Amino acid sequence: MKCQQCEKPATFHITELVGDAPQELHLCEDHARHYLHQADELEAPAPTLAGMLAQQLKLSQTAQELARLDKQACPVCGITFYDFRQEGRLGCPHDYVSFEEELQPLIVNIHGENSHVGKRPKRVAHGTDKRTELIRLRRELEEAVGRENYERASELRDQIQNYEIDE
Amino acid sequence: MNLEDLASRCGEWLRGSGPESDIVISSRIRLARNLADFPFIRKCTEADRGKIVDSLRGRLESADYFKDLSYVDVESLADVDRQFLVERQLISRELAEGGGPRGVAIDPNEKFSLMLNEEDHLRVQVMTSGLDLDSVWQQIDRIDDLVEEQVTYAFHESLGYLTACPTNVGTGMRVSVMLHLPALVITRQIEKVFRSLQKISLAVRGVYGEGSQPMGDFYQISNQITLGRTEKDLIEQVAEVVPVMIDYERRAREFLVKESEKDLHDRVSRAYGILCTAQTISSEETMMLLSSVRMGVNLGLIQDVAIPTINQLFIHTQPAHLQKLRGIELDTADRNAERATYLQRHLRRGDNDSSEKN
Repeated sequence: MKCQQCEKPATFHITELVGDAPQELHLCEDHARHYLHQADELEAPAPTLAGMLAQQLKLSQTAQELARLDKQACPVCGITFYDFRQEGRLGCPHDYVSFEEELQPLIVNIHGENSHVGKRPKRVAHGTDKRTELIRLRRELEEAVGRENYERASELRDQIQNYEIDE
Repeated sequence: MNLEDLASRCGEWLRGSGPESDIVISSRIRLARNLADFPFIRKCTEADRGKIVDSLRGRLESADYFKDLSYVDVESLADVDRQFLVERQLISRELAEGGGPRGVAIDPNEKFSLMLNEEDHLRVQVMTSGLDLDSVWQQIDRIDDLVEEQVTYAFHESLGYLTACPTNVGTGMRVSVMLHLPALVITRQIEKVFRSLQKISLAVRGVYGEGSQPMGDFYQISNQITLGRTEKDLIEQVAEVVPVMIDYERRAREFLVKESEKDLHDRVSRAYGILCTAQTISSEETMMLLSSVRMGVNLGLIQDVAIPTINQLFIHTQPAHLQKLRGIELDTADRNAERATYLQRHLRRGDNDSSEKN
């Protein structure tokens, strides 16, 4: 069999699997290499999380808005939106609530959906954000002890204990 | 757990049995979970990390199902031992290279492991040789339920299980099937196949996960999406594409046999020859040649060695395994010489004693 693009023998037989029906190509080594190389360049690499986020923010925010957004911090763990953008990792479960507005479009971008339809924990299927408050209380307790504000520390200890009994 | 004992065995993922095991190496599912009352790992202090490990370990130990697990404290492990667990796929590179208190609980049959303080507080993984995602799901679902009886996982009414990275939110599940695709690599069709998988939101990775180089023509196909579909749907999506991949690989092998059997026979025989006679050989070259030999055996072109022996060599010739089996630490040059000796010993001796090793 001859190459479909020149007179040399076809040594590469390529079946295109993309598209409606499989398409057969018979090419010599040079043309096959050229064909495959061309296909490589056509496709952009898979988008990364940081790339997606940058794209999304560029489209929807002005520089000032972004600067303000970057300073926004989660009241539970203290991580700023800027921190998240830099590392691509969130600081605590409550970030999904704190940065909901910014995360929703990103999540839809990644998953094409924004609501969970899979398995749910048997005991607390309604969500555990209340329990995540413990992160904030423990942090405040540490700070109160550091400031030697023992009255506040004692209050916080009681609150924490109530949460822990709740479980 | 004695890592030296593990080293002499083959491990689950390269055991080389199960349906379609000439092409499908293993099936694996992992779940990412976090405790509701601790920050995600990057915001955890050393003390937080310690508490997470203690609390999860304590609770695992109290459940009967987990009583045979061995806990390995990854923080205090020597580098070679961390690398060894990575090579065996019992821990991820992220856990090996991370910092602070962290560890892994390992099932004695190496079918499942629970990583503590990886990217998320808890990462459960279950794997099995060959293609069998249904049984893997049943087991991991059970394990997840058992852990959930003891702890409160971070969960959001509409977003599902909350994870440190939004790419895992929802089910927190990654389903992977590892395939051996040497003929698609030789016929240069592999890139195209992968691009078409990407279009339906499936990811392709090397053996050791994200960013790792394809080694020995082994590729993992897994779901990219974790939210908005049920676990069963996500599993189905990966399971569905596997027979197609098997078919492409078989067709590529048939094509190679039909069009150029002599070249193919030459290629696999040379690979076998080098492995049997080399005096010093790198891990990369070994993987590449073993891949050719594996295909040669599966196509009946090489008769004097069996698949389980080849599978075992894939894992035993990796850097940390080689050192554990030898019992001493070796630098690169010494490892390359030791690897060549090891290969000669096991390939020339034939298969008669491979059964005792399994």
